[in-house]
Amino acid sequence: MLDLKEKTKQYSTRLGDDSLILGHRISEWTSNGPFLEEDIALGNVALDYIGRARMFYTYAADLAGNGKTEDDLAYLRSEREFQNYLINELPRGDFAFTMVRQLFVDVFFSYYLKALTNSNDTELAAIATKSLKETRYHLRRSRDWTLRLGLGTDESKARMTKALAEIWGYVHELFEPDELELELIACGIAVDTREIKDNWFADIGAILSEADLAIPDAEWAVRGGRKGYHTEHLSMLLSVMQSVHRAHPGANW
Amino acid sequence: MNSLPSDLERAFQAKIDNEYKIEPKDWMPAGYRKNLIRQISQHAHSEVIGMQPEGHWITRAPSLRRKAVLLAKVQDEAGHGLYLYSATETMGITRAELIDALQTGQAKYASIFNYPTQTWGDIGTVGWLVDGAAICNQVSLQRTSYGPYARSMIRICKEESFHQRQGYQIMMELAKGTPEQKSMAQDSLNRFYWPSLMMFGPHDSESAHSAKSMKWKIKRETNDDLRQKFIDQTVPQIEFLGLEHPDKDLKWNEERGHYDAGEIDWEEFHNVINGNGHCNRQRISHHVAAHEEGAWVRDAQNAYNAKMKARRAEAA
Ligand SMILES: [Fe+2]
Ligand SMILES: [Fe+2]
Repeated sequence: MLDLKEKTKQYSTRLGDDSLILGHRISEWTSNGPFLEEDIALGNVALDYIGRARMFYTYAADLAGNGKTEDDLAYLRSEREFQNYLINELPRGDFAFTMVRQLFVDVFFSYYLKALTNSNDTELAAIATKSLKETRYHLRRSRDWTLRLGLGTDESKARMTKALAEIWGYVHELFEPDELELELIACGIAVDTREIKDNWFADIGAILSEADLAIPDAEWAVRGGRKGYHTEHLSMLLSVMQSVHRAHPGANW
Repeated sequence: MNSLPSDLERAFQAKIDNEYKIEPKDWMPAGYRKNLIRQISQHAHSEVIGMQPEGHWITRAPSLRRKAVLLAKVQDEAGHGLYLYSATETMGITRAELIDALQTGQAKYASIFNYPTQTWGDIGTVGWLVDGAAICNQVSLQRTSYGPYARSMIRICKEESFHQRQGYQIMMELAKGTPEQKSMAQDSLNRFYWPSLMMFGPHDSESAHSAKSMKWKIKRETNDDLRQKFIDQTVPQIEFLGLEHPDKDLKWNEERGHYDAGEIDWEEFHNVINGNGHCNRQRISHHVAAHEEGAWVRDAQNAYNAKMKARRAEAA
């Protein structure tokens, strides 16, 4: 049986994975935004996520206590070892896709981080407190964009509808803690996402209906992120992200 | 045209001679306005197009710290583009018109961004040398005669020193790193050194816009003076890195108190400006593609704002 420290390390690592992979996807908007202000805003969000990943990884590395660093966790693990939720690794898509994903993730994190601030693990709680402020700003943005795009033009509404249908099936696993998380929930360390599910659905439902959009009635659901069972997109993302680092083993940057 | 200057022109020049700033509402000669729109918009476009060669490496930055720093740096450049578009707009031209001029090739951007960033080392040299050269120019432009331009330069310069520092830090890590890293640094320096000297433009004797720009104090120092400053400051920086200087003719001139430098390959300079760089077409088509892909988003935003306005009017 793993000890608590080891479990917490794994938990912090997967939270780092969520943030790094999503931050990477958002960073792909650099120089590709619909206008300059949006390039800057998306850059801000990406920076927040990369900063968050660094905090979670650094804590995980501290817990490991083997001299490994945040970069070892980010650059030297393979696609089977990453444990981010699948929703974060999906390609950035068009602006509607990016904003629907952000809305889902931002509402999720606004509850998740709030709960994590009460964690018995004070370090995780401190990271959550810092990140929660950022997430509130992110959510304001993704909510505003959902309204603008839902109520804007026929085209923007159609694109949002399509994006919702494409992403919906990836939300279910967010609310299904695995064994590791269940054990840490029992210790008051991890967040029990089953408890935020109703709030999440209520908020998403309300925002979408205000935007004259609807929750898709899609039946499909894809799961596996926390087990390292990923879409084909993650290995491509990692190949790009890790290429320079891995080409120069042991180098400093 | 050799007609005598009007009273307005004389008053305008007197203001400039006495170091007063020209503000958007002030009278200004058509040539001054035209010259400024050209220069500021070219500067704005450079900030924006410059996001591409560096943005190209954000997803591959070899450490998380480097990734965050590079992302913040490129984001700053977007911000610089914004300030400068706003400064240009004070002269009665819209951002949409400026972007159109960029995309149709009527307006230029710094030719340095037509060089490809091939390796991570290039992210080091671009920050160190390209931002470094830009800083020399921008520091001098903090005293430019047009108020909004001068003020945006002051804001921009505050951020630029961080850009140069992050580039130089990348170079320091590479230079003291593995043999492969060191040769990556040297190779990148070799490729970017001369193009960054070209950033200061042609020799003063060849420069089409220089004389007027100096008289109007749009420019405060000449191309060659600024270039000399840059050459001088770069020598010890290369030495500190322990890299070889790419200019084999470089020699300290005791009498001038400056380095004498080898001659720039002006044929290459004109060649790249005239469209024969690796990335000229790519930079513009990337910009056009992002702009066109974003059209539906801008339309949606406008439609939404119009709807909300109508709704508010109804409620009132
Ligand atoms: Fe800049
Ligand atoms: Fe810069």
